[in-house]
Amino acid sequence: MVERVPPHAAQPRSRLRILLASGAAALGLAAASVVPGVPLGAAAPQQAQAADSGRTTLTVAVAQSVDSLSPFLAQKLLSTSVSRLMYDFLTNYDAKDNHAIPGLATKWEPSADKLTWTYTIRSNSKWSDGQQATAEDAAWTFNKLMTDEGAAQANGNFVTNFKKVTAPSPTKLVIELKEPQATMAALDVPIVPKHVWEKVGDFSKFNNDTKFPIVGNGPFILSDYKVDQYVKLTANKDFWRGSPKFDEVVFKTYKDQDAAVAALRKGEVSFVAGSPALTPAQAASLKGEKNVKVNEGPGRRFFALATNPGAQTKDGKKFGNGNKALLDQKVRQALFLSIDRKTIIDKVFQGHAVEGQGYIPPRFSAYYWQPSGSQSLAYDPAKAAQLLDQAGYRLKGDQRVGKDGKPLDLRILCHATDPNDKAIGKYLKEWWGKLGIGLKVDCLDDVSVPWYAGEYDLAFDGWSVNPDPDFVLGIHTCAALPTKAKASASTDNFICDKTYDDLYKKQLAEYDPAKRADIVKQMQSWMYDSGYMNVIAYPNAVEAYRTDQIKSITTMPEAAGNIYGQDGYWSWWSAVPAGSGGDADSDSGSGSTGVVIGIVVVVVVLAGGGFLVMRRRRTTSDDRE
Amino acid sequence: MTADSTPALVRQADADTDGPAPAGPPAGRGPRARNTKAYLKYVAAKIVGAAVSLFAVLVTSFFLFRLIPSDPVKQMTGGRPVSAQQLDSLRHQFGLDQPMWQQFTSYVGDALTGDFGTSFQFHAPVMDKITEALPATLLLTGTAYLLYSALGIWLGTRTAWRNGSMSDRFNTALALTLYSVPSFWLGLLLIIVFSVGIGPIPGMFPTGGLESGTETGFAYVLDVAHHMVLPVITLVAVGYAQTLLVMRSSLLDEMGSDYLTTARAKGLRDDTVRRKHAVPNAMLPAFTLMFVNLGQVVAGQILVETVFSWPGLGGLFYQGLSVPDLPLVQGLFFVFATAVILANTLADVLYPLLDPRVGR
Repeated sequence: MVERVPPHAAQPRSRLRILLASGAAALGLAAASVVPGVPLGAAAPQQAQAADSGRTTLTVAVAQSVDSLSPFLAQKLLSTSVSRLMYDFLTNYDAKDNHAIPGLATKWEPSADKLTWTYTIRSNSKWSDGQQATAEDAAWTFNKLMTDEGAAQANGNFVTNFKKVTAPSPTKLVIELKEPQATMAALDVPIVPKHVWEKVGDFSKFNNDTKFPIVGNGPFILSDYKVDQYVKLTANKDFWRGSPKFDEVVFKTYKDQDAAVAALRKGEVSFVAGSPALTPAQAASLKGEKNVKVNEGPGRRFFALATNPGAQTKDGKKFGNGNKALLDQKVRQALFLSIDRKTIIDKVFQGHAVEGQGYIPPRFSAYYWQPSGSQSLAYDPAKAAQLLDQAGYRLKGDQRVGKDGKPLDLRILCHATDPNDKAIGKYLKEWWGKLGIGLKVDCLDDVSVPWYAGEYDLAFDGWSVNPDPDFVLGIHTCAALPTKAKASASTDNFICDKTYDDLYKKQLAEYDPAKRADIVKQMQSWMYDSGYMNVIAYPNAVEAYRTDQIKSITTMPEAAGNIYGQDGYWSWWSAVPAGSGGDADSDSGSGSTGVVIGIVVVVVVLAGGGFLVMRRRRTTSDDRE
Repeated sequence: MTADSTPALVRQADADTDGPAPAGPPAGRGPRARNTKAYLKYVAAKIVGAAVSLFAVLVTSFFLFRLIPSDPVKQMTGGRPVSAQQLDSLRHQFGLDQPMWQQFTSYVGDALTGDFGTSFQFHAPVMDKITEALPATLLLTGTAYLLYSALGIWLGTRTAWRNGSMSDRFNTALALTLYSVPSFWLGLLLIIVFSVGIGPIPGMFPTGGLESGTETGFAYVLDVAHHMVLPVITLVAVGYAQTLLVMRSSLLDEMGSDYLTTARAKGLRDDTVRRKHAVPNAMLPAFTLMFVNLGQVVAGQILVETVFSWPGLGGLFYQGLSVPDLPLVQGLFFVFATAVILANTLADVLYPLLDPRVGR
């Protein structure tokens, strides 16, 4: 007969051992939080350091990892932003309106034949090891990019049109070109010290992350780095434009955006940006927070609807299976006319975006273009229906049917990781459904394979635009098409048009900024009319910082712009620390130490008391047996 | 592992000074009496099996990650102004322009010498990246593993022994609830409550990372411990339930056995019956589970490492997949699989010592 052993008060020795071990572990972990020297509460590195040495630290929460600290290899935004702080570039962009201003070069001018550019290198820029930064360093950097494949990984595109680079004197840099190039004041290449880098063997494997501090001449000197934890930069007191106001900037890795927002709320970091923006919910939750300012500026990205104009290779070989209906401009325009952009801004972006029009976002005011009244394709479903009728897609029941009798059904590529794509896909399904167009939303983790294969009809598209728009314009030229079918290439969506290409070449050869801007606007106008790229919105940059740590900071554009990911070093260079003894410290920092010690003491006493009582009960129980 | 689960637990039946040997299983001969030759043959078979599994993992890892529809070069340079020549040059450097069979043979050849290539995105040898992140993972998941295993066994024993009591019902319900909670959600909750602070609860722990970056010496050790508290609690909270439930159910099975009744009839104290007779025999399923979990210690906990920004292998694997950084994910997959295979092999090798019925 099976007899269940009755529940019984358990026995002392084995449990005592486990209890003691567990208790010791738990107390050990907890004790670490109350040991002097280990910060509590608002345990921000800034405040911890400030208490130690009076140094001011600005801590930025970042989501990315550093791929490399070598400016020849770094691809990610974080790494390239760090390069911007470590090394000076020939030119910089004005924080007000993005026009080119002096950097390492004080002035630059082209020759009469437009093929030679001469830069005057400043004589008041020194490397952090004391040596003078000269034109020789710049020439060596560009020559390295031109001659070493391993060194050209990140910035090789800037030198593809270079013929020869020389430094006739320490203050004179001469670049000879193969073809005229208007982007010569937008060479975003960090200039490195020749005397340090010429010792590097294999540039494709040198990550510049072993010896600190790293020799540089930017506003900050890289002083420490721990993989996936932080990048520390100390202020370069000898920086020619003036020393930064914070002693130190730390980029601290937060892989989870909500955790980063929590760190800001606590005061552990001074600044948090989204990737690319804080979500509407995060921004809303931070808005009422004490000592936190939510900064919202015009973004540098556009969010667009791209149509497949017929995938083709450079030599004109067609491939892919894009819907032929979209080869008709009227159909493309009809689709755009039936998109209620205002609803998308209000409902999907929850107001954190601006309605899209031209290809270049409005923050780049020199190149920003808007359609005229008659050209504008504002929300007008009736007109869209009319255009579809004219294109031969008439309503049959509740479906648009082509001349071949087939219904007009489209597919759209959406990024599965982007909730905006999914939400807008639902709206499009509804709006186009009312017009009689069927829509299948294909959400994929990575859309690049069907995209390169031309196996799509429409796609959600978006690009970050640089102050110089050459790159985002260039990806729609015939030269960007792939050489082989389905191979990845520079093209965005297979646009190849002679009018557009002619304008592209013209703008690249135009050295007069105003005339060039005019040509760029003509290109945008052509693109808008073609209906190949329908810009729906310009999402705003939404970010937040602690006002008790940062007193003031320069945005870009200076009037209501963004802080993280600027073109230049303005934000971190200009940031002014708030006065010492900020609220964060007193609110939850030292004040909480006593509370925690109290809690731990109470827990220990209670646990000890409970243990004694239990032991006593067990002893009695055993005695009874 | 606790002292109770050492090989001594089988021998101790003979050495029990509190009374004669229990009547319950295992009934086989002890390890000393085992046929050593048969055991060695058994061990050799297990090792050969593990080696074959490792080779299979090596081969599958190559093809597995190539099924991801993505262009690593385009992903890495996404959003940057990159010329077509640069893309071609990168593809050439990464060997992506070589025929698949050539990529495969060089991968297997190199891997057999311990070289998993160079990470596309970090421009560093894969094994360097792995050894860089491994200590952080071992520290976090290893600590959590020891704690949740000990807690699970202890609570499992306690709840089974007090089967049906209020504490049994409470502990089982709590364990099942925590077991069902998504770890990232619990982690975020702990951050909000104990890092940021709510109401009277002050923010006492860091929101993430392994260290503040400001401490040295012993203060550094304390700083790391301070950073470990919340992630360890998260891992223990969602991890101990499994061991608890296995231990509880195993002990409940034992509790109906005649040998326990006999032991009690001999007048042994209840604690002795539980500790020296019931628990050792009930430990075997928990022991198996612990070895299964041990293999996963190396793989880390991707979600918990992400929420707490822990610089370990889990986060590295996530970053590798997002490109995909083929050499990195292949190398990590192999290391993860190796850890599981080794832990299982170790369990297989040790099991006959614990349960003589196995491996005969």
